[in-house]
Amino acid sequence: MREALEGSQAIARAVALCEPDVVAAYPITPQTHIVENLSKLVADGELHTEFVSVESEFSAASVVLGAAASGARAYTASSSQGVLLMAEVLFNIAGMRIPLVMTVANRAVSAPLNIWNDHADSMAVRDSGWIQLHCENNQEAVDTTIQAFRISQETDLPVMVCMDGFVLTHTMEVIDIPTIAQVRKWLPPFEFKRALDPSDPKSLGALVGPDFFPEVRHSHHAAVTKALPVIEKTDRSWARAFKRGCGGLLTTEGPKDAKIGIIAMGSTVGTLRSGLAKTEDAGVRLIKLRAFRPLPEEALREATRGLDHLIVIDRAISPGLGGILGTEIKAVLYGTPDAPRIHNHAIGLGGRDIPETIVGDLLSAIEDPDATPFSVFDADLTMLPPEDR
Amino acid sequence: MSDNDTDQRAERLAELREKFGRHPVEPKKPFHQGASLRDRQPRFCALESGHRACQGCGEALAARLVMECAGPDVMVANATGCLEVFTTPWPQSAWQVPWVHSLFENSAAVASGMEAAMKARGKNTKILAFGGDGGTYDIGFQALSGMLERYHNILYVCYDNEAYMNTGIQRSSSTPHAASTTTSPAGPERMGKRHLKKDLLGIIAAHHIPYSASASVAYPADLQRKVRYAMGINGPTFLVVHSPCPLGWKHDSHLTIEVARRAVECGLFPIVEMERGELANVMPIREVRPVKDYLALQGRFGHLMKPDDPRAVEELTHLQALADYNITYFNLRGEGEDPADTVGISQVARDRAAGEA
Repeated sequence: MREALEGSQAIARAVALCEPDVVAAYPITPQTHIVENLSKLVADGELHTEFVSVESEFSAASVVLGAAASGARAYTASSSQGVLLMAEVLFNIAGMRIPLVMTVANRAVSAPLNIWNDHADSMAVRDSGWIQLHCENNQEAVDTTIQAFRISQETDLPVMVCMDGFVLTHTMEVIDIPTIAQVRKWLPPFEFKRALDPSDPKSLGALVGPDFFPEVRHSHHAAVTKALPVIEKTDRSWARAFKRGCGGLLTTEGPKDAKIGIIAMGSTVGTLRSGLAKTEDAGVRLIKLRAFRPLPEEALREATRGLDHLIVIDRAISPGLGGILGTEIKAVLYGTPDAPRIHNHAIGLGGRDIPETIVGDLLSAIEDPDATPFSVFDADLTMLPPEDR
Repeated sequence: MSDNDTDQRAERLAELREKFGRHPVEPKKPFHQGASLRDRQPRFCALESGHRACQGCGEALAARLVMECAGPDVMVANATGCLEVFTTPWPQSAWQVPWVHSLFENSAAVASGMEAAMKARGKNTKILAFGGDGGTYDIGFQALSGMLERYHNILYVCYDNEAYMNTGIQRSSSTPHAASTTTSPAGPERMGKRHLKKDLLGIIAAHHIPYSASASVAYPADLQRKVRYAMGINGPTFLVVHSPCPLGWKHDSHLTIEVARRAVECGLFPIVEMERGELANVMPIREVRPVKDYLALQGRFGHLMKPDDPRAVEELTHLQALADYNITYFNLRGEGEDPADTVGISQVARDRAAGEA
């Protein structure tokens, strides 16, 4: 049914539709409304789940680990500092290949303290071995959340659904929320083959020495890579059942013969699309990357074919290196004949507003002889003392 | 619970016991006819032999004793530490019950999740959480406090060997005052650890949970009674088990039980039970020993055994005062012979064992 809902409220409803056995979360801005809405659904008797109100994000992640390891469908959500406090457990969950779902309401990481949106939090745990999917709008966030439960149990991997804090979590949109009957039909019951069970005792989380460790890491890498077709297949199945998709691994739009491309993740894609629509004769190919982990290398090479220039938008940086997505795209395109020139820009760090007009500036920067291969594009250097520029 | 559920549960437990529990045993042979210790021990064995614990490990003994009376319908969340490392070097495992190890500081939180899962799935399997003193008194303390406050149906057992033994004997907040460890070494400027052992049970008591207790590997009958009692409670329960570490305490490995016994007999490790945070019971000491009898067996207190060093004398006096305080505070001094005191409890258990055999 189509309803006007706040992003967080919609996510809580989507989670409830998946009927998790255990939910554990600790409030942090801008994820708070998700936890509050879930608590309300429990209090109102609309969601029957063991809601564990933990004393920290660290315990939130640990609780869902223990719950999923015991055969329960489990869900948690966090942001920023919370994701970092969870970091040790997040690596652990993925290393033990425990299927569960987490929403990250993307927010900048302190210091300096900043509660607004960028991608520094989920980027900080990109090497944890989780699947990471980014959402452009709240409809996608709802659909991706439900898809995430299916992807997770099909791959025995944890899935992180990344949605931009405030920009999505605190924005009202008209959203089509599926019915419980539809979701029950589409989402199989939770099953975890290695679940702890006294009638068949297993030991999870053993000490692994040098004799086996590289093999464990290899198989983890292989498992995350093999999730690529699962993500695509799941979105196709969703599209068949619900008459709309989320774009599988990535989507491209714009003229086939475009020479300039822009690639971005999350809500920024919507802003760029809107900006491009207002730019006359832009002739730009817009690439929306949904799957950041696993990174769809083949699909990225295909999506950038024929381009002379590719603007890669980052919402987080690795100080001393530059853009994270930008660096990864360069690595993907390395050795590809006629690969486009990469222009890597970080924009909107710490919630700096991204106006539609930024599209024009980004396009003009391509021809700027003074442009550097990477920049914090919207930083006003005149605000800094000369020695910091 | 309906009758049907009860039947199903009884049936499943019977299956479990058949698979993992008591098996019909051959008539016991005397040792000289080749019967092994194991053959003579037909109890539920969740922690199998053959693991890599050191000779004389108090923690391994404590874990086996706990599991004997907790299993088989249990699941264990184990913190990082010796117990985890010596029982599960991949691809081997010494555990005969479902067991999960996640991290050093989260066994209480992982157990919380396991318990929530059991509730959500309508199962009665009891959840146990294990940690050493590092994972309980120190780094995992927050998760433990949260678990107790949220009232999960979990028995948390802390195997207290009074230092970070797995990483090579570094001080913890449970290390006794004046003990020498690798991060509180004794030297010309220091007499071992400068601070006091944390009163963890006091903090646990402040959570007003149904049951918390201390126990010692020197008194297995008492320890097992406490485990059985805690297993019957639907709510959070906590047990701290004094478990000597021959390597870290620097005593001969055949002295584990003797060292543990003396810790209790001198009053430095009081054996108490608390219900809802109130002191409910203590194990009286039949004959109180001086703390020096306990300390002298252990190399970690070797620097105190120097009567010519006034600093050593002062620390000895200090430790004796701490023991005396415990004895007064918990009223540990027994009067006459008591079947539940430090001598009686062992005799009763020994007599019973002799009677059965």
